[in-house]
Amino acid sequence: MATKLTPKELSKRPERLSPGHRLCAGCGATIIVRQILAAIDEPVIIANATGCLEVGTTIYPYTAWRVPWIHNAFENAASTISGVEAAYRSMVRQGKIPEQNIKFLAFAGDGGTYDIGIQALSGAVERGHQFLYICYDNGAYMNTGIQRSSATPYGAHTTTSPAGKVIPGKQQFRKDLTAIMAAHNIPYVAQAAPSQWRDLMKKTRKAVDCGGPAFMNVLSSCNRGWRHGTDETIEITQLAVDTCYWPLYEVEDGEWRLTYKPKKKRPVEEWLKRQGRFRHVFKPENRHMIDELQAEVDRRWERLLRLCGES
Amino acid sequence: MELKGWRDIPIGGMILEAGNAVEYLTGGWRAFRPVHGEAECIHCMQCWLFCPDSSILVDPENEKMAGFDLEHCKGCGICASICPVNAKVIKKAGEELARDDPRLCIRMVEEGKFQE
Amino acid sequence: MSKFEALTGNDAVATAMRQINPDVMAAYPITPQTSTVQKFADFVADGLVDTEFICVESEHSAMSACVGASAAGARVMTATSANGLALMWEIVYIAASNRCPIAMSLVNRALSAPINIHCDHSDVMGIRDSGWIILFSENGQEAYDNIIQAIRIGEHPDVLLPVAVCQDGFITSHSLERVEIFDDADVKAFVGEYKPRWPLLDLEHPKTYGPLDFYDYYYEHKRQQVEAMEHAQGVILEVADEFNRKFNHNYGLFESYRLEDAEVAVIAVNSTAGTIKVVVDQLRDEGLKVGLLKPRVFRPFPARELVDALSHLKAVAVMDRSVSFGAMDNAGPLFLELVAALAFHGVHVPVADYVYGLGGRDILPGEIERVYRDALKVAETGRVERMVTYLSVRE
Repeated sequence: MATKLTPKELSKRPERLSPGHRLCAGCGATIIVRQILAAIDEPVIIANATGCLEVGTTIYPYTAWRVPWIHNAFENAASTISGVEAAYRSMVRQGKIPEQNIKFLAFAGDGGTYDIGIQALSGAVERGHQFLYICYDNGAYMNTGIQRSSATPYGAHTTTSPAGKVIPGKQQFRKDLTAIMAAHNIPYVAQAAPSQWRDLMKKTRKAVDCGGPAFMNVLSSCNRGWRHGTDETIEITQLAVDTCYWPLYEVEDGEWRLTYKPKKKRPVEEWLKRQGRFRHVFKPENRHMIDELQAEVDRRWERLLRLCGES
Repeated sequence: MELKGWRDIPIGGMILEAGNAVEYLTGGWRAFRPVHGEAECIHCMQCWLFCPDSSILVDPENEKMAGFDLEHCKGCGICASICPVNAKVIKKAGEELARDDPRLCIRMVEEGKFQE
Repeated sequence: MSKFEALTGNDAVATAMRQINPDVMAAYPITPQTSTVQKFADFVADGLVDTEFICVESEHSAMSACVGASAAGARVMTATSANGLALMWEIVYIAASNRCPIAMSLVNRALSAPINIHCDHSDVMGIRDSGWIILFSENGQEAYDNIIQAIRIGEHPDVLLPVAVCQDGFITSHSLERVEIFDDADVKAFVGEYKPRWPLLDLEHPKTYGPLDFYDYYYEHKRQQVEAMEHAQGVILEVADEFNRKFNHNYGLFESYRLEDAEVAVIAVNSTAGTIKVVVDQLRDEGLKVGLLKPRVFRPFPARELVDALSHLKAVAVMDRSVSFGAMDNAGPLFLELVAALAFHGVHVPVADYVYGLGGRDILPGEIERVYRDALKVAETGRVERMVTYLSVRE
C-alpha cells in the first residue's frame, strides 16, 4: 500500500536527503527533491547533472544523499541514468541480481536540460528507458553565477543577458521544453511546482509508475538569482503559477490535462515586481516588455487551454 | 574533519558513508532562528513539506511536529512564511506583523539574540 | 580448442565481444568502427548475447552510459574511432577517474579537420594522459587477443581502470585475415565473472559517485590513479602470462623481432609493424643487422623495459603515425616518450623520428628500407642529422 499523500503520513517516511547540504537558505531545488522523494515509496537510484543541486549536496568528503547517487558531467544525466537502468535490466534478466522495483531518477537544472543536456534527454526518452527525469527549472545557470539559459524568462537580468544601457535583459522568449518532451510521445510528461505539493506528488507517482520514460518540469525559485527574500520561495513560486507563467498540467499517453486552474488569473506584472531581476522592466522606457511578456504568456496559456480541452 | 591522505580514502572519489553531510553543521549560517510562539502548533506538517534543509523534526509515532534541527537550520524563514497558523494570527491581527511577533506560531527571531 | 576463421579485424573484435558477453554495450557508429557494432547488433538481434545494447545518440552519450552502467556494477564494453573519441573526451577522463573498468575497441582513425576516415594514430594520442590503459594491436588476431585480456586487466582490483585496445582503421579493421578464435567456453572461463566492489545497484550500501572536490582532495584522488597505473604493468604481465599459457601465445609489454643481435632497430606500433617485419627479413638477407621493437603496451609506458631492450643498439628510428604539433621539432608522441625514457635512464642511443601515414597515407616497404638505411648511417656516424622526417609528404 502506497503511503497516503497527507503531510502527516509523508512525514513518517525516512529523509533520503540529509540536512547539512550547502545549497542556499530557501532554495527551491531541495524542496522539490524532498517532495519528490517523499512521494516515491520504492528504492531510487539517482543520476544528477552538474549544477547547484549536485555541487551543494556532494562537497567531498560529504554527501547529503542517503540513496545510490551518481554525478557524471553537466550534459549527460539522461545518458548516465540510461546506463544504470540498462545495467539493472541486463543483470536482472541474466539472474545476476534480484528484481527490486528500483525507480531510476535523473535530476538536472534547466541548464543541464534545456540547453547542454537536451540531446542526451531526447535520446534517452526515445530509447524508452524506464526512468523519470526531473528538471528543476530556476531559469538560468545559477550555480556558475546566474547566466542565461533558454529557460530564462523574457526580460530577465542575468549575468550574460544583463539589463544594460542599450539592451535591457534577455531578448528572447523562453523555450517550451515541456511541450518538446510531450512531442516525444512518451507515456508521461508534466509541469509542476512545489507550491502545489500534492499535485507534484501525484504527478511523481504517475511518472514513476508509467512503465516508460517520464519527464517532469518543476519550477524552482532561486532567491539569489531572482533576487527575492529567502522566505518568499513558495509564495513567489505560487505567483508564477497563478499568473499562468508556469501552468500546471500533465500529458498522459498523449492526453493533455490541466491539473490546476487559478481561481483568478493574475497579471504577470505581479510576479515580476517581486523579483529584483526584473526591476529594470518597470522603467518607463522598458514597460513595453511587460506587455510583450504578458501577451506571450497569454498566447501560450490560451494554446494550453485548447490542448487541454478547457476553452 | 581532518584531511586524509590518498591511501586512506576510497578510490575514484566515491563517498561510502551515505548522508554524512549531517556532520556539516549549516546552523552556523543563520541570521534568524525559527522559534515557537504563543499560537499553538496544529501539527499540519506544512513546515516539514517546505523545509529545504530537512530541518523540521518530526515525532512519527505521535504524528507531531517536534521542533527545529538547529544544528542545520539556515534560517530561511520559509516555515514561518507558509505556516497556516501564522496566516490565521496575521489575519486576526488585521495588519502586517513583525516576523518575530510573539503571537505567531513560528517566529523568526534574530540569531544574534541567542549568542552567549 | 580453437578454430581458424577468415575475419576482418572488426569482426574479430566483435566475436570476442560476443564471447565475453558484456552486460551492457553503449556505442555509436563511426567509420571505421561501424562493422564492429553492426556485427554485434546482429548477435543481439539473434539472441546470441545477453548484452543490453544501447544505441545511443552520440559518442558522448555512449561513454556516459558506459560510466553509468559500470558504476551500477555491470561489465561494459564499447567501441569508437577518431572524432567519436574526441566527442567523448570529457567522459573518457571521467571514466578513468571514476575507476570504471570499461573495455573499448578503438579503431584508429585520423582526427578532423579536414575530415579523413583513414588510419592514423592522432585519435589515441589525444587520450594518452587520460588515465586509460592503452594497448596496440598489429592485426585482427592481436586485437581479438588484446580485448579479451583487457577485461581481466581493467577489472583487476589493483587496477580498476578502463582499457583501450587499438588497431588500425581500414588496414586491419577491414582486412580479412586468418584469425584463431578460441572456444566460447574457454574465453568465458578466462574472463570470468565481474565482481564489482562498489556497485550503485547495491541498495544496502548507498554510495555517492562523482562528488565535487576542492583543492583539498582532488590531488589525492589523482594520486590514487597514479597508483593504479603503477600496478597496471604487473597486472598486464600476469594476465598475459595466463593468456599465453592457456592459448599458446607470447604476449608481453612489447614484441621484439630479430632485436637481440641487431645494431639498429625501428620502433612502430600497429599494422605497420607487420610491413616492417618483411623489410627486416629482406635487409637481414643482405647481411644487415636490423630489428624491430613493436610496443604493445603504451599506457602504462614501460620505460625501463624499453630502454633495456634498446640499450645495446647503435641507432634507433621511431615511426610515428601522428604529430604532436608544436612539440620539440614537431615530433610524434612515441618518439618524445622514448627519448625521455632513454635520457632519464642515462642510456645514450641516437634516435630519429619518422612521421608517416597521416590520414591513411600508405607506407611502403621502400620507405621503411630508407628509414633503416638512415639508421645504419646514424650508427656509423653516431649523429642524427635530422631529428624529425616526414615520410612521403609531397613538398
